[in-house]
Amino acid sequence: MNLIKFEDFSFKYDQAQDFVLKDIKLNIESGKFILLCGITGSGKTSLVRAMNGLIPQFYHGEIKGDVFVKGKNTKNVPTSTLSRDVGLVFQNPENQLIAMNVEREIAFGPENIGIPWDEMDSRIKECIKITDIEHLRKKAPFEISGGEQQRVAIASILALQPEIIIFDEPTSLLDPKSAIQILNLLKKILLEKKISTIIVIEHRLDIVLPLADEVILIDKGRIIEHGEAHYVINGEKFLNSGVNIPKCVSVFQKLMNQNIFTGKLPISIEETKNLINSIK
Amino acid sequence: MEKKLENLQILVNHLTYHYPDGTIALKGINLNIYSGEIVGIMGKNGAGKSTLIKTFNGLLKPTTGTVYIENDEVNNVLMSKLTRKVGIVFQNPDLQLFANTVEDEIKFSLKNLNFSKTELENQIYLTLEKFKLKKFQNRTPFTLSGGEKKRLAIASIMCRNPEIIVFDEPTIGQDAEGVEFIKNLIKEKHAEGKTIIIVTHDIEFAIDNIPRTILMADGLIVADGPTNKILSQDQILNIGSLISPQLIKLSKFLIDLKLKVPEDVYIKENMVQFLGSYFKDKMGITEGGKP
Ligand SMILES: Nc1ncnc2c1ncn2[C@@H]1O[C@H](COP(=O)(O)OP(=O)(O)OP(=O)(O)O)[C@@H](O)[C@H]1O
Ligand SMILES: Nc1ncnc2c1ncn2[C@@H]1O[C@H](COP(=O)(O)OP(=O)(O)O)[C@@H](O)[C@H]1O
Ligand SMILES: [Mg+2]
Ligand SMILES: [Mg+2]
Repeated sequence: MNLIKFEDFSFKYDQAQDFVLKDIKLNIESGKFILLCGITGSGKTSLVRAMNGLIPQFYHGEIKGDVFVKGKNTKNVPTSTLSRDVGLVFQNPENQLIAMNVEREIAFGPENIGIPWDEMDSRIKECIKITDIEHLRKKAPFEISGGEQQRVAIASILALQPEIIIFDEPTSLLDPKSAIQILNLLKKILLEKKISTIIVIEHRLDIVLPLADEVILIDKGRIIEHGEAHYVINGEKFLNSGVNIPKCVSVFQKLMNQNIFTGKLPISIEETKNLINSIK
Repeated sequence: MEKKLENLQILVNHLTYHYPDGTIALKGINLNIYSGEIVGIMGKNGAGKSTLIKTFNGLLKPTTGTVYIENDEVNNVLMSKLTRKVGIVFQNPDLQLFANTVEDEIKFSLKNLNFSKTELENQIYLTLEKFKLKKFQNRTPFTLSGGEKKRLAIASIMCRNPEIIVFDEPTIGQDAEGVEFIKNLIKEKHAEGKTIIIVTHDIEFAIDNIPRTILMADGLIVADGPTNKILSQDQILNIGSLISPQLIKLSKFLIDLKLKVPEDVYIKENMVQFLGSYFKDKMGITEGGKP
């Protein structure tokens, strides 16, 4: 099923001269772990802002085309309603943290949409467990470290149990082991069908690629590639896009250029090991 | 530069720091950093990395213990002198940027440095050029993309030309070109003899660009040594909530296969070369192409 659908969507911010999103045609299906990548300023954040109605409702500008979230046109349905379907976590959470303490911060969203107390309690417990922040429960959200704030922001969106979860680099400050742990737990709840789809923007591609079912590559406001992860990673467009190519990919790309290796480039260390084993 | 007493630039002794709410963020830090070094600080979220570097420019005052920057004890030196010597680029650019335009951000940063009007204009121009911010000159920082904001935050510190440069997570939100830019900036400043301290979770960046790494856990320094050593020992990785960079993992795998791998095979070019000859060998490829 199509969860999000862009129909020839273009957008230009009021302040800007050029369109930041151009003729976007995109279907986001359920059951997918999607990596969204592109260089700085390519339009990643703008694209996800258009997925929960922030564009055009909060960020004004010139629009062509439409975006639908589960059939609802994002022009007409308030972001507060859309946010039940789409949970968006931003890169710099301290800009959005508001409550007295971490526990209240996480409860804030579910409380506002009238989740009963006993259910809320179990939701909070689960989110705190996923993000490993039990020890921060009573701390003020603005008196914790950057990575801890990102964990809280992730937990407070998860507590809303939206069907679609979008991460706009909220894992950038997480230590590598925690980033992998949290993304793995998300993949797990995706496979358990507790969420429908997850879209992740994160510049450490080596961390996300092993989990990705699909990759979307955006360049100068256009989607230039979208498909199964291996397919995209093996394409010229990805390899020349200027994103951070993981080392295992670029080592084999070099070997390919030297005519030493032919075949699919490995997207994870596991695949790289298998590849080397297969040659033995 | 050599690790000699006269080159000692940052000296931290038995440093503890307690936040007003009672959190003990630093529990007894001892540390020497020498002039001209490039030093990484890594460790789990909440380990105390940002707290530690904030004591270097007087932003946070030690609860107990001392921090010396060159010959000055941070408690006994004017904040303005300290901030001129130690430039910190903070983790979140949103908390650092405040001016109405990109140009003003740089202009404000250069204030109090006694530039004449033409010198000032020239400096602003050069900075905007160097950091590829010219085209955003009149934009408000608020509307820049994440990576662009980070570049502006770096520019606004670097234009003051501090002796000690501290980056808190410089590579977040940066694409390959942005990472390359930071890498070159670090090289350039290193060549000028500056001391560079980089707090980072970016293991791939660290292994390529940072020779010495300090690992923090729970308010203490738990390891201090060559980055490739820190990032390859399982016990240390566990304490630091770290993982090995891809090519260190791969080189361990190759060692497990009983292959004779050179010690520095975790460097990309070396790995390409090693696997290149290995594959040729296995598949009977002769020079210059497929069998
Ligand atoms: N303003 C504050 N008030 C109280 N406690 C704080 C404050 N800022 C940070 N802390 C706490 O101090 C400890 C160290 O925080 P610090 O910001 O130095 O961590 P860090 O190593 O930089 O982490 P990260 O990798 O997430 O940036 C953490 O336990 C954190 O919760
Ligand atoms: N609120 C805004 N007003 C005007 N221009 C903006 C605004 N937000 C972003 N931009 C511009 O739109 C382009 C795309 O930005 P963004 O979507 O944030 O890119 P990314 O997330 O891929 O780095 C950039 O050139 C950026 O400067
Ligand atoms: Mg962005
Ligand atoms: Mg920090």
